[in-house]
Amino acid sequence: MADDDEIILSELPDDELVAQMHDDLYDGLKEEIEEGVNILLERGWEPYRVLTEALVAGMKIVGDDFRDGILFVPEVLLAANAMKAGMAILKPLLAETGAPRVGKMVVGTVKGDIHDIGKNLVGMMMEGAGFEIVDLGINNPVENYLETAKKEEADIIGMSALLTTTMPYMKVVIDTMIEQGIREDYIVLVGGAPLNEDFARAIGADAYCRDAAVAVETAKELMARKHNLLAAAAKG
Amino acid sequence: MIPDDEALVHEGIEAATARPGRVRLIACGALAREILALIRLNGWEHLELSCLPALLHNRPDRIPEAVRMRIHAARAEGVARIFVVYADCGTGGLLDTVCAEEGVERVPGPHCYAFFDGLETFDARAGDEIGAFYLTDFLARQFDALVWRGLGLDRHPELREAYFGHYDRVVHLAQTEDPALTAAARAAAERLGLAFERRFTGYGDLAAALAGLRPG
Repeated sequence: MADDDEIILSELPDDELVAQMHDDLYDGLKEEIEEGVNILLERGWEPYRVLTEALVAGMKIVGDDFRDGILFVPEVLLAANAMKAGMAILKPLLAETGAPRVGKMVVGTVKGDIHDIGKNLVGMMMEGAGFEIVDLGINNPVENYLETAKKEEADIIGMSALLTTTMPYMKVVIDTMIEQGIREDYIVLVGGAPLNEDFARAIGADAYCRDAAVAVETAKELMARKHNLLAAAAKG
Repeated sequence: MIPDDEALVHEGIEAATARPGRVRLIACGALAREILALIRLNGWEHLELSCLPALLHNRPDRIPEAVRMRIHAARAEGVARIFVVYADCGTGGLLDTVCAEEGVERVPGPHCYAFFDGLETFDARAGDEIGAFYLTDFLARQFDALVWRGLGLDRHPELREAYFGHYDRVVHLAQTEDPALTAAARAAAERLGLAFERRFTGYGDLAAALAGLRPG
């Protein structure tokens, strides 16, 4: 999608600039994304609008093309790095301007597993969608999830695994939640290359998220359902 | 004849026309040399080999259906006995589902490097080797195609940290005594900025799994 002709971002009208930023994100052009974010902010765009329309929407295209086998992991990582650079500019401004907060998720890779590419992408996209993220990193035993979720008053626990040998640990976490009588206090999302819906169902997770975009949509849907249930309970 | 590594990575190999009484092995291209070596060493002439491209490992979700297609193709040729020489390989149990649906068995284990190491040994070491990136002989030989270029590190070496930042060593699980392969594996570790270890495994549990296959 790259164009050989020199494009002066600051000379583009808003709609073309946003479209160009989608292209730049697709091509993993970090500096161009930083420049584009700054231009939109200078033009008076709200940080939240820059985030959703320029970055998240662009990353959605990347995610769709990865799902469809058009893009591969390296391209997705480069795009994510570019988005991360843009978000680094926006993050302090978002805090100041009171962007909507959709929910809070504690997310980490399970015990025995050191892979975090998928987990990082999910965290970034969830943050882009207005979720607050507490990242536990890699190799997390059950207590890391549960203690942090309690301390942070999280809505969601997200678990990731890349290995066939480590994914069963997710069940250990969920079984511990059941033992402690706190399973229903949290939405549990699971993801990772070797997982599938059957596995998620079998271990008692609320949902399997195939990719970061699905994680965002699923989290939003389940949060809305949770709010509705709470509202109904309050009325009843 | 030993197949060309490039073909094993990208295309796989088709078995010769089925002959009565033989067992068709549907395998990962990354195991072809080792399987052929075992057949040769043991005189297992009743085994015939069909391999899928090793590059499928970069999209493991596609392995189960690719195996199913080879099973159907073998049956269409009149092959009576089929054995799958894939570990779970990141399919999260979906390969087992396909095997069960098709009524075939597969070599046990989560990954090929686990059955080369021996499943029990591999399990026992898992906690100590959480940061190990495993290379088999095939992966040492094809490191450039499958890992370096496969992960885009040739074009974007800056991604090394994202992929390998949490690893601490490369462990070469060697099937053969080959100084050139040891050197290749050591060079791979250096390129990744990781420590290097070598452990000779031979063919591990793969030999036992194939030894159990009797002529059909």
